[in-house]
Formats: sequence, structure tokens, C-alpha cells
Amino acid sequence: MAFASLARRGAANLLPAVMIGLCAFVVFGPLTNLFLWAFAEKWFFPARYPTEFGFDFWHRVFRPRAGAWTSLFNSVWIALATVALSMALAVPAGYALARLKLPARAAIMLIFLLPQAFPSLPIFVNIAQMFYGLGLNGTYTGVVLVHSLPGLVYAVWIATAAFSAVDRTMEEAARNLGAAPLRTFRDITLPQAFPGLVAASIFVFLDSIDEFTGTFFVGTPDITTLPILMFNASMGGNYQIAAITALILLIPSIGFMLVIERFLKADVLSRIGR
Amino acid sequence: MTIADPSARDWRGMLPGLMLIAPALLAIALLYVVPLARSVVFAFVDAEGGFTTAHLRTAIELYGRDVIFTVMVALASLALISVTSIAIAGYLTLGATPWAVTALRWLYRWPLFIPFIVAGQTARSFLARNGLMNSLLIDSGLMDPALAQSLLDWRGLVLTFAWKQVPFVTLLLAGAMASVDRSTIEAARNMGAGRLRCLIEIVLPQVRGTLLVGLILSLVTIMSVLSVPMMVIAGNPTMMTSMMAHRVTYYGDYAVANALGLFSYLITAVAAYVYLRMTLTQHNEGGR
Repeated sequence: MAFASLARRGAANLLPAVMIGLCAFVVFGPLTNLFLWAFAEKWFFPARYPTEFGFDFWHRVFRPRAGAWTSLFNSVWIALATVALSMALAVPAGYALARLKLPARAAIMLIFLLPQAFPSLPIFVNIAQMFYGLGLNGTYTGVVLVHSLPGLVYAVWIATAAFSAVDRTMEEAARNLGAAPLRTFRDITLPQAFPGLVAASIFVFLDSIDEFTGTFFVGTPDITTLPILMFNASMGGNYQIAAITALILLIPSIGFMLVIERFLKADVLSRIGR
Repeated sequence: MTIADPSARDWRGMLPGLMLIAPALLAIALLYVVPLARSVVFAFVDAEGGFTTAHLRTAIELYGRDVIFTVMVALASLALISVTSIAIAGYLTLGATPWAVTALRWLYRWPLFIPFIVAGQTARSFLARNGLMNSLLIDSGLMDPALAQSLLDWRGLVLTFAWKQVPFVTLLLAGAMASVDRSTIEAARNMGAGRLRCLIEIVLPQVRGTLLVGLILSLVTIMSVLSVPMMVIAGNPTMMTSMMAHRVTYYGDYAVANALGLFSYLITAVAAYVYLRMTLTQHNEGGR
């Protein structure tokens, strides 16, 4: 009897086990592939797997003149500048949208939604043409500006949600006790909205680190970021270098996945888009 | 002067808000509205500044196949995305094996956080004829080596787009399904309905709106991503994004690229129209 029930339980678990195995293959198969390529010293047809493993290509990528360090620094600086610019514009805008009287508030929210609602490639193409006339193509300013378009959209939406989640009664109490509006904002509103604003900054940072299309049209060939380096390596058939660059790009994304829930709390999340 | 005009007072009350939001609005105007207007206008303007439909005709003539290819790839991707997301979200909501639900919840999100450019690179080497997928299938005895073929064509695009977008749509769907009234599901289960039937007949109709929103956002993404088609597909036909970039980088021909862009707006607009019609009929039915 015990055996029969065990067999039945085994059968009931078999189907889910096969399904989970399949999902794991689909999700992690391509990523394993990336790891193999990053550490493969030799992997030539008809060998199905790398014949030699090692760190040779890592040395090659991080050699002083190989360009990986330059692209890494480019990517990080551009991302930090994009965060600074987007947040400088989005914090006041988010506060106004959440708290102050505005004409046609719904229409303004819609304007900040539009860039996500239509294909962005023609936009980048035309930005590149405009920047060409202004001499901004191939400059850091140009790349930061083009990264700020998607950045600003995320930042405004999350900042608006973060400010509308702040408890109004505490602000009113501070005002009643005689605090000036600016001091109320600094001591009461800002600390409460801070985690949401950090989440917005992380979003903008990651979006800029991963951005390819805008950099492709505005930055190349003068400015190489990590995605551009990876793309060039891949198109040139340097799969090891492409895989190593891809792994470097994964670090901030996966790290973000692990910490995001700490910063983006449910009460903010539920207010996005209102 | 003591009796202020009420409308003027309203405007003065709005002044601080307007001043705070003006810089962000100006940035969106310069970085989005102006390029958007340019992309539409310059699709119809010839070298002398007059009106022309020549760019549109050139675009259809040269890239008509690519436009059709794009629409087919987008539809196939959306079909795969909907089926997979419904299955995963449905299992997360109604699944009977607790450990499998937990494992699936942990598993499915990963691709969401992986950049498109990395997904493109990994697809390029994973799905190739000598790629790791075929190697693993051959070694596990599931596939005859002679049958190994490259998936780096429309199938590779569909698989890569679905791989990236399924977690996103599943996340939305699972959230919506979690707020569906459990008692109706329990009632149906008590009356002997299977889990699959519960999913299709009770849960799915209630989350249809969320599914459509997820699919439209995925469509916009598919129509915008440049790196994946450039890395997965070599040669013709390919996605319109790839052809627009080709037109600009090799010929400096912004006019035809803009005409192609117009088609991509049009495809998204059709999807948005379908969505609005579907939600409106839903509202009307609800009103009756």
C-alpha cells in the first residue's frame, strides 16, 4: 500500500518536474551558453563544446588598449550623467504632478507616456539628424541627451507615484507648526519619497547602461559604450569578447533584480500611472 | 484690483506647478515631440521642400517584403507570448504542486532583467546550427545530428522576442489573476471543472484587458528593438527597424527611413485601435 501511494505521488510530481526542467532549460540554456563562450579558449566546429577553457580572452579584453575599460568608463559616466539630468527634471515635475494644481494634468501625464507607446526607432533617427546639424553627434552631451529621453519617462512616472504615496497629514502638521514650505519639503516630503526616487534612479541608470539604439545613431563611431563594444565584437565574430562584455552588462541588471523590491515598495508601485 | 478675476486666480494658483513641470515638458518637447513631428513631416517632403509621396512608394517598393515580414514576426511572437504567459501565470495561480509553483515563480522572471543586446548575442550563438542548443539535443539523444539546422531566421527572432517579453506579460497577468475572486474559481472546481477549464472559462475572461495591454507594450518593444534583428538575422527579408538603420547608415537617406517609420507607427496604431474597440465593447456589454 505504501509503495502504491508513493508511486502515485511520484507520478503526480513527474509532470511538474518535467515542466520545471523545460523552463529551466529555456531560461538558463542561453545564459549557460554565454558563460561557456566567456571562458572558452578554443571552441571550433565540429567540437560541440569548448575544447579548452581559460582566462586568456579576459586578459585580452582588459588589456590597457583593448577598449573595454574605456567603454566601461564611458558607459558608467554617461549613465550617471543621464541619472543626474533625468532626476533634476523629474523630481520637480513629479512633485508638481502629484501635489500641485495643474491645468490639463491628464494630458501632461499622457505626453510623458507617449514615448513608450509608439516605436522609438524613427525618433532616434530624427534626433540623430537634428544633433548632426547642432554638432552634437559623437559627443558625450549628445549621448546623454538621447539616453535621457527614455530615462525621463521612467523617472517622471515613478517620481510622481513616490510623491503621491507621501503622507499628507505629516506635511500639514509641519506647516501648522510653522515650518516653511521648502523646509517641509526637505524634512518631511523628501525623506519619505526617497526610496521611490532611488528606485527611479536605478531604473534610469540601468536603462542607460543597456541602451543600444540611441547610442548607435548618435554616438558611433566616436563614443563606444559597452553595448556598442559587444555589438561590434559579435558582428566581427569575436564571440568570446562579446560574451565577456555581455557578462559585464549582466552584473548591474542581475544585482538590480535582487535589490529592487527593497526600494520599490508596493504602496509606490500601486500608484504608478495615477 | 481687490476683486480678482476668478480665472486669473486659478491660473495664479497653478503657476508654481507649471514652473516646476516646465523644464521636463520642454525636454520632452525637444527630445520627443519635435523628432516625432519631423519623422512624419519629412516622410512627405522632397528635396525642394514640396509635398511628395515618392518616399512612401520607394519604401513599399524596396521594403514591402520587410514590412510584411515584420508584421508576421510580430504576430507570431505575440501569439507565442500570449500562450506561454497564460500558461505560466495560470499555473502560478491555479497550480496544484506547491514546490513547482515556487520554483516557477523564481524561474520565469530572469529574462526580464537581461538587456536586449545580451539576449541578441546569446540567441546568435545558442540557436546557430552548431550552437549549444543543437549540441545538447543531439547529446541527449533527442535529435538526429543530420536534422540539426540553424534557427537564425524568423524563428530565432520569434523565440528571442518571446524569451524577453514572456516574463513581462506574465508578471502583469499573474498580478491580475491574483486579484480575481477566488470564490468563483472554488465554486467551479467544486462543480467538477478541471483546472484548465477554470483557467480558460473563468480566469482568462477577467484578465483579458491586462493581457491586451501587455501585448500592445510588447508589440511596441518588438517594433523598436534594433539590436536583436541585426544580430540574429543576416540578409533579407528582415525587420523594418534593421532596414531603417541600414537606409540611414549606408545611404544617409532619412526620407525613406522616415517613410518606413510611418509604417511602424501605423502598425502600432492599428493595434491600439483594436485594443480600444475591444475594451469599449466590453464596457458596453457591462452596461447592458
